[in-house]
Amino acid sequence: MNLRQVLLRTLCLAFALVVPVPSAMAAVAPETIRDLAFGEGDVRAKAIAAIVASGDAAGLALLQAVQAGDVKTVGEDRVLLIKGDEATDLLTGSAVKPLPDNLDDVVVNNRFRRELGTGIAALRLTSPERATRLAAAKELQTRADEDTLPAISTALSKESDPEIKGLLALTQASVQLASKDPATRLDAVRALALSDSGSVKTLLLALLERKNGVFVEQDAQLRAEAERSLASVQQRLSTGEMIGRIFSGISLGTILLLAALGLAITYGLMGVINMAHGELIMIGAYATYVVQNVFREHFPGAFDFYLVCAIPVAFAVSAAVGMVLERTVIRWLYGRPLETLLATWGLSLILIQAVRTIFGAQNVQVENPSWMSGGVEIMTNVVLPWSRIGIIIFAAGVLLLMWLLLSRTRLGLFVRAVTQNRGMASSLGVPTARVDMLAFGLGSGIAGLAGCALSQIGNVGPDLGQSYIVDSFMVVVLGGVGQLAGTVYAALGLGIVNKFLEAWQGAVLAKIVVLVFIIIFIQKRPQGLFALKGRTVEA
Amino acid sequence: MKREDIEAAAAPADAAFALSRLHGASSRTVLAMLGVAVIVLFVVFPVCNLMVPATSALHISDYTVTLLGKIMCYAIVALAMDLIWGYTGILSLGHGLFFALGGYAMGMYLMRTIGREGVYQSELPDFMVFLDWKAYPWYWSFTDHFWYAALLVVLVPGLLAFVFGYFAFRSRIKGVYFSIITQALTYAAMLLFFRNDTGFGGNNGFTDFKRILGFSITAPTTRMALFLITGAALLGFLLLGRAIVRSKLGRVLTAIRDAETRVMFSGYNPLYFKLFIWTLSAVICGIAGALYVPQVGIINPSEMSPANSIEIAIWTAVGGRGTLIGPVLGAAVVNLGKSWFTQVLPEYWLFVLGLVFILVTLFLPRGIAGLWTRSRT
Repeated sequence: MNLRQVLLRTLCLAFALVVPVPSAMAAVAPETIRDLAFGEGDVRAKAIAAIVASGDAAGLALLQAVQAGDVKTVGEDRVLLIKGDEATDLLTGSAVKPLPDNLDDVVVNNRFRRELGTGIAALRLTSPERATRLAAAKELQTRADEDTLPAISTALSKESDPEIKGLLALTQASVQLASKDPATRLDAVRALALSDSGSVKTLLLALLERKNGVFVEQDAQLRAEAERSLASVQQRLSTGEMIGRIFSGISLGTILLLAALGLAITYGLMGVINMAHGELIMIGAYATYVVQNVFREHFPGAFDFYLVCAIPVAFAVSAAVGMVLERTVIRWLYGRPLETLLATWGLSLILIQAVRTIFGAQNVQVENPSWMSGGVEIMTNVVLPWSRIGIIIFAAGVLLLMWLLLSRTRLGLFVRAVTQNRGMASSLGVPTARVDMLAFGLGSGIAGLAGCALSQIGNVGPDLGQSYIVDSFMVVVLGGVGQLAGTVYAALGLGIVNKFLEAWQGAVLAKIVVLVFIIIFIQKRPQGLFALKGRTVEA
Repeated sequence: MKREDIEAAAAPADAAFALSRLHGASSRTVLAMLGVAVIVLFVVFPVCNLMVPATSALHISDYTVTLLGKIMCYAIVALAMDLIWGYTGILSLGHGLFFALGGYAMGMYLMRTIGREGVYQSELPDFMVFLDWKAYPWYWSFTDHFWYAALLVVLVPGLLAFVFGYFAFRSRIKGVYFSIITQALTYAAMLLFFRNDTGFGGNNGFTDFKRILGFSITAPTTRMALFLITGAALLGFLLLGRAIVRSKLGRVLTAIRDAETRVMFSGYNPLYFKLFIWTLSAVICGIAGALYVPQVGIINPSEMSPANSIEIAIWTAVGGRGTLIGPVLGAAVVNLGKSWFTQVLPEYWLFVLGLVFILVTLFLPRGIAGLWTRSRT
């Protein structure tokens, strides 16, 4: 639509608002209405096309009224719109009361019904409601013909929503492709080059299809153009796929990071192999579930904010459980890593069974708050879900807090001191036992936060932690012990590599390749990516 | 390097040295124990199971025979774990993998013997028909010969362990790192075997075996034969283990456990010692798996789950690391407990197992066998 049309339409609209018109339908020319009501076949089709081409709201109301059977004819020259027991003469705009006796229905045959539907859909494309436009665009996809083409192109030039726009462009092109005029078809194919949707690719591929070695499409020029368009569409599609893959890689990486951060403290800094780490994640997820239920029951109005409350609860519950474990079991095993491994595995079994006993063996449902559902559509084939974006931001926040805590607070100082030299720290008056407990609690609490985040994107069940334990150990081992930076690089790197391998070889093989890679990597650099520099022979 | 030197190096390092006195038990005691075991296994069980009528109080049911046969397989695995963990100080969390590989190798042979008696009455196993495969993949070739399958039982776990161990020990990966890497290894293998495309039956693995070497696999006599072979294998491996730990080689292994750096400084290269015992341990596991599959009648990838491998470690720990009889005891106690609990109080088994893990590591570092030595001294 060009500028002049816009101006014209704005003027018309302003005029319509200022000048009282008896009926909205007065905007439709009387001849058109007459053709619509009394005409046959082609005459009516033309009338509908004219209304669609004018594209105004009055036309839509008229067509809808005809479709609903509210438009009736009297004799050979009057067309009435019936509303209850009142009627309006559509040709003159005057009210008619009482209703005349000799009302006749407008004859609606199959062809007319179809044309009406298409016309209405085309007109609804101009609606201010996104949902209406989307529905109309979807409807038109199957029933558009050359008569609706002008309406579609007008709507297309005005449309801002990418999804609707894509649908419309596709519809337009497929209608044009069906045209008999070679120039139109060529233009259509050229226009398709700008698309980034998968269905356009299918459409273009159909043009290049061969049957028994002969091209189905006869026009060689068209085929060449189609090939060019196809290349550019594919280019755009693969860019979109790439963006999507990088995003899901980063997303997986941040999830791994959240799962491994706690481990980086307990294993990396304290040297405690905590096989129950996965279960602390699981406990965080269940804490989120409980908070969700409390909100649903007692504060249904504030349900969208349950997550804000669940985050500290998940942290506190997991941290408390972790500290209890540390005080009762783990502290007796400091310096005996293999025994710690076995004992914490035992703890994990007990925690899993305890959760099964309390909540049942089935997965529980954790609902996203409304602001976490849906996503941002970057391209037609790339949608970034809000829940994953939220987790990326959340992980960054947790990382920042943890870094601040370790590098800027007294507790952090103590933790680092105990890590580097327990005996010396103790001699200098650092309460090592207390620091151990708090550090372990911190690591466990971060596991709880990971669980809270995971509950938003995956299933919450008693086995939740088991699926993350191997992965998070891999992250810590790869990243190197005692380093937060290593954990971050390892998690993000593993996430992205995993997703790219997945696209190439499928999820299971990707995982295997990554595990084998880590096993080989450890051969070369047993201390991980970032090793602490020191002179100890044995860790 | 003289034997005394190694002993001198190892002795003060760990109180566990005292335990080595246990396998120093006099030959006469060992002979007596062996005699009792042979009589119980090879006389009492066959007679009471096959000849004593079912109504008699002395009858041993088929269920008991299968259960004990299974537990003896586990005991062999625990013994293998003890050689590598108890004596050499390397905790493997991947022994379930070697066990399962041995089981799968035997399972391939057993699948081939089903012939056309499967559901689809095809030459191929049902799962391959289901995948629309037309022929056996290359790695299934010759598996219809028992001797070849038996060779695979030894070679596959052995080769995998050798290659993996060579690289791991060469770069001096040890302690917890090694444990976690082996866990990742078995986890990766589990994922691989879960895939249908891998050609080992995916989730369901192998089952519905019909016969072994021409004998019906469900016949009581076949079961008894498998039971006896397993028993013989267990006794044989116990004797082998005893020979190893009493040899110079065994002394070096213990020394590696207690002070690896000192062993290196004394001029030994721990790599080959570790590699030998690690590969041997994997092969023993593979054989145990091969004995296990025909008795239990199924093998699937869940045998490779990290949880299973950790459980093997706990059998050894419960029985007592660094003793030969300990792992056998541990495997028996834990698994009898498991089959009792899963029948009577299924929900509580994980609690009990978890507690066993914790209590044994906290209060019973030398296991059940340790209790015995303590009471003796």
